Amino acid sequence: MSSVTDVAPVPATRTPEGTPRRPRKPRSGALLGLLAWLIGFLFVVPVLWMVLTSFHSEEDAATNPPSLFAPLTTEGYQSFFGVGAGTSPWPALANSLTASVVSTIIVLLLAIPAAYALSIKPVRKWTDVMFFFLSTRMLPIVAGLLPIYLFAQWSGLLDNIWLLIVLYTAMNLPIAVWMMRSFLAEVPVEILEAASMDGAGLLLTLRSVVAPIVLPGIAATSLICFIFSWNELLLARTLTGTVAGTAPVYLTGFVTSQGLFLAQVCAASFVVSLPVLIAGFAAQDKLVQGLSLGAVK
Amino acid sequence: MSTTLETGRGRGQQPPAPPPAPPSPPSGGALRRSADWARRAPLLPALVFTIVVTQLPFVVTLIVSFMDWNAYYPDERGFAGFGNYASVLTDVNMRRAILVTVILTAVVVLVSLLLGMGIALLLDRQFRGRGVVRTMMITPFLIVPVAAALLWKHALFNPEYGLLNGTLTAIWRLFGSDDAPQPDWITMAPLISVEVALIWQWTPFMMLILLAGLQSRPLDVIEAARIDGASAWQIFRYMTFPHLRRYLELGGLLGAIYIVQNFDAVFTITSGGLGTANLPYVIYQTFYQAHDYGRASAAGVVVVIGTIVIATLALRTVSTLFQEENAR
Repeated sequence: MSSVTDVAPVPATRTPEGTPRRPRKPRSGALLGLLAWLIGFLFVVPVLWMVLTSFHSEEDAATNPPSLFAPLTTEGYQSFFGVGAGTSPWPALANSLTASVVSTIIVLLLAIPAAYALSIKPVRKWTDVMFFFLSTRMLPIVAGLLPIYLFAQWSGLLDNIWLLIVLYTAMNLPIAVWMMRSFLAEVPVEILEAASMDGAGLLLTLRSVVAPIVLPGIAATSLICFIFSWNELLLARTLTGTVAGTAPVYLTGFVTSQGLFLAQVCAASFVVSLPVLIAGFAAQDKLVQGLSLGAVK
Repeated sequence: MSTTLETGRGRGQQPPAPPPAPPSPPSGGALRRSADWARRAPLLPALVFTIVVTQLPFVVTLIVSFMDWNAYYPDERGFAGFGNYASVLTDVNMRRAILVTVILTAVVVLVSLLLGMGIALLLDRQFRGRGVVRTMMITPFLIVPVAAALLWKHALFNPEYGLLNGTLTAIWRLFGSDDAPQPDWITMAPLISVEVALIWQWTPFMMLILLAGLQSRPLDVIEAARIDGASAWQIFRYMTFPHLRRYLELGGLLGAIYIVQNFDAVFTITSGGLGTANLPYVIYQTFYQAHDYGRASAAGVVVVIGTIVIATLALRTVSTLFQEENAR
């Protein structure tokens, strides 16, 4: 530490004003680049380790020191998709897919018109509406859990995937409204108005002006809503059981150790995370915008 | 909350004729009203849906929090006044849970903000493979939270075959020693273990927001300062940091809102044991296992109050960024 901080000021004191400090740049630049690589590597190591372990046999997975170069096998995946944890993971994966995809579609159907009414033809006090949506995302889910549970019990919707779909829709709607608004706000309104004057131009305008701006926005919004729904545990854990349980709920079956099962845990974790990894890398450029509720571009 | 009210009042004070609305029809009352409703129509489904699904449960929670209601004793249901709040705030476990929630949130947010800022500053420079490093950095955030917690619990922290102790053994072997320390990380430092796993997942989040902040700096001004002989530290202290401040606030507050609610990591890594139970976990237990609905609701209201404090600050920050964005 001290050596790093000592090095930096030295050239600064030597340089008179205006002298370009070129000579310092390459060396420290390369070092800092190396440091960035090192930190990036440290952060990704657990994931790499998970993937590597998932392709080891249970015996090779549980060695100390770790066996990096053990032969690769798909045993972990076989026992995960087979009878590993007692029940097949396919229903859970299918439930997660249903809950995430259907709720994302409903979110879009609700959010796009709402975003339109908040940007292109804004209602009065539209900023207040925006902040109302945002404030609902900030209230903790756990505080609404009991009434939702009692309602589900009363209406017979416990362990029903549609209940999760409705709740995930409500959970993601604020994010989607904020994101979609920030995309729609980029649409040049004058061109839209001019196009609506002569009806023939409207379709063309939609296709050539609106679509290029809005479609990537819709894609990014759906990917982020998908990720949040896919990841959710507390609601799914409380409100579903054997029928509608989602993939994260299935994963909680691995919380307690069961003998030699590390390769299987890693395989399960990797399989369940794979859709999020794919969606996340696909939405990489828009990830910040979604996570910061559209506040940062 | 207050932000909303303030802007609302600000708008309300404007003269009744709407000056900014661009194509306002000649305002005959009925005509204007129907035009208003035409504007509102696309908004209503989303708004009504959100109010019904997110606001109604909280109202019910608030009511139940003043009731004696345990599903195991259905006959004893009745009004409890502030009894549940008194027991929440005096119960040792609940107080411990409040403390754990505060510590967990503060530590995870602060450490991941600091790490995130350091890494964002590193990634803001040009170097070979910058895109690859950025992608590597994002990866932890894209692991399903339960899976990430399982990964840390079983594959990294496990005292017998976890990667941490395995690495220690390998290093010690390298120097010809066979008695490498093999700590049982989770038992030894349960809360820190949970925090480490969460910091690993949340640092990328902070890094992304701060990197976006860094890249929105006015580069010409910084270049001018550099030509005028400002040192790297001076540029950071007087130009970069003030610019980043709002992004630091945003990252910190949004992170806090998510981490206050954290359930997955506590549930998976320690199952709330060893003194790591935070409020969401205790509420889940009180309601789901002990079926004490009244107390669980009172604890829920306590979390909401805590969150509103953070959320009000967060909304204010978002609002400032938002207004700048729209003023541009």
